[in-house]
Amino acid sequence: MKQVDAAIVQSELTKLITDCLITPDKAVTLALKHIVTDSKPERTAAALIVENNTIAERQRLYCCQDTGQAVFFVKLGDEVVCKGLNEAINNAVKDAYKNARKSVADPITRENTNDNTPAIIEYTLTSGDELEITYLAKGAGSENMSRLYMLTPADGEKGIVNAVVDAVEKGGKNACPPLIIGVGIGGVTETACMLSKRATLRPVGQFSQRADIASLEKEILQKVNALGIGVAALGGNLTALAVNIETAPTHIGMLPVAVNLQCHSLRHGSVKF
Amino acid sequence: MNVIIPKKLRLPLEAEHIKQLRAGEIVMLSGTLYTARDQAHKRMAAAINEGKELPFPLDNAAIYYCGPTPAAEGHIIGSCGPTTSARMDAYTPLLLDNGLKVMIGKGVRNDAVTQAIKDHGAVYLSAIGGAAALYQSTVRSCELIAYPDLGCEAVYKLTVEDFPVMVTVV
Repeated sequence: MKQVDAAIVQSELTKLITDCLITPDKAVTLALKHIVTDSKPERTAAALIVENNTIAERQRLYCCQDTGQAVFFVKLGDEVVCKGLNEAINNAVKDAYKNARKSVADPITRENTNDNTPAIIEYTLTSGDELEITYLAKGAGSENMSRLYMLTPADGEKGIVNAVVDAVEKGGKNACPPLIIGVGIGGVTETACMLSKRATLRPVGQFSQRADIASLEKEILQKVNALGIGVAALGGNLTALAVNIETAPTHIGMLPVAVNLQCHSLRHGSVKF
Repeated sequence: MNVIIPKKLRLPLEAEHIKQLRAGEIVMLSGTLYTARDQAHKRMAAAINEGKELPFPLDNAAIYYCGPTPAAEGHIIGSCGPTTSARMDAYTPLLLDNGLKVMIGKGVRNDAVTQAIKDHGAVYLSAIGGAAALYQSTVRSCELIAYPDLGCEAVYKLTVEDFPVMVTVV
C-alpha cells in the first residue's frame, strides 16, 4: 500500500485553493477577450471582466468576493492509504480561507462557522495507487439558480432540452453569465445532481465523446445563447460558454435531469499524490 | 476594444438626475455607498418596523448589495463585487418607503420591487457579477458602521470613484 502524508495533502491543497480563488479558468477569460457581439453593453461587460481577472492576478486579489463553499471531488485508489484525509481537507479549507470570505452558516440560525468549513467532499473509490483531489469554489449566485427536473421517459431528448433552457431562462440572469452549464442525466436524484456539478469541470469547449450527447450539447448551447441574456445579463449572445452533459443509467421509469449553473468565475484545480 | 464612453454621476442622486437615466445606459458612479446584504436587510427591516434607529440615514441613500472579502495587508477593503439582488426583494419596498433611492446589485428584481422603484422615482443599477477585484480598485475609503457581528454581512460605508454600473430599472 502506498502511504500519503496528510500534512502534505493539507499544505498542497491550501496552495491550490488560494491560487484558484485568485485566477479563474483561463479559457473563460480568453473567450471573453475574443467575444464577438453587436451588443455594446455586453462588449463593455466582457472587457470589464477581463480587466477584473487581470487586476486579480496582478495584485493577488480574489477575482470574486464570493469565495464560495469549498467542494472537493476525491478519487481514492484502493492501493493508497492517507490517514486523516478528511481532516486534512477541512484543515486546508480553514488555512486557505483565513484571508478569504467566510461564507458558510447554519441553515436555520444563519450563524457563521467562521472558517468556511465543513467542506463538501465527494469520495470515489478507484483502482490503483493514486489519490487525486479536485477543488471547486462554488458561489451562491450560480448554485442558487440550479435545478432538478424529474422527467419521465416519454419526455425524452426534447424534455431534456426544454429543462435546461427553462433553468437558464428562469435563473441565468442571476447566475453571473457567461455560464458553464453542467447537466447530469440519469441515476437517482443525487446521481443527477452530482453528475451535473462534475460536468462543470470538463474543459471549456470540449464536447462529449458520445456523438448523440455531443449533438444534444450543441443544440442546447445554441438555444441558450439565443435567449439573449448575454455577459453579465446586460443583453447579448454569450449567455453560456459550454453545455456539458454527463450521464448514468437510470431506472426504466425515470429521467432525472439536474442542471448546475456555474458562473464565469470558474475556480477549480486538481492535485495528485 | 470598442467600449462605451460612459456618463459620470455623483452620489447622492437627486430626483432630477434619476429622471434623466435610461435603462441600458452605462454610468460611472462616484460618492457614498452603504453595503448591505441578506442579514443586514433583515435587521434594518426589523428596526424600521420597531421604530428603532437605522445604521445610516436611508433618505436618498445608495445601497450596494455586497459582502466583501477581508482586506489584504496594505488594502482598505477586499474584493467587493455585487451579490444577487433578488434575495433582497422581500425587504426592498419597505426601504424604498423610507427614502432609499439607489440600489446596486446583480440580476433581476421581482414585479413588486420594479413597481416600487418606479413609484418612488428610485433606480436599480446592475453591477458586473464576478468583477470583484475591479470594484475593489474603485474604493477610496471603507468604514465599518454597523452589525460587526455579521462579518462580511456587516454594513460598510464606502466612498467609490468611477464605479461602473448599468441602469436596469428606473
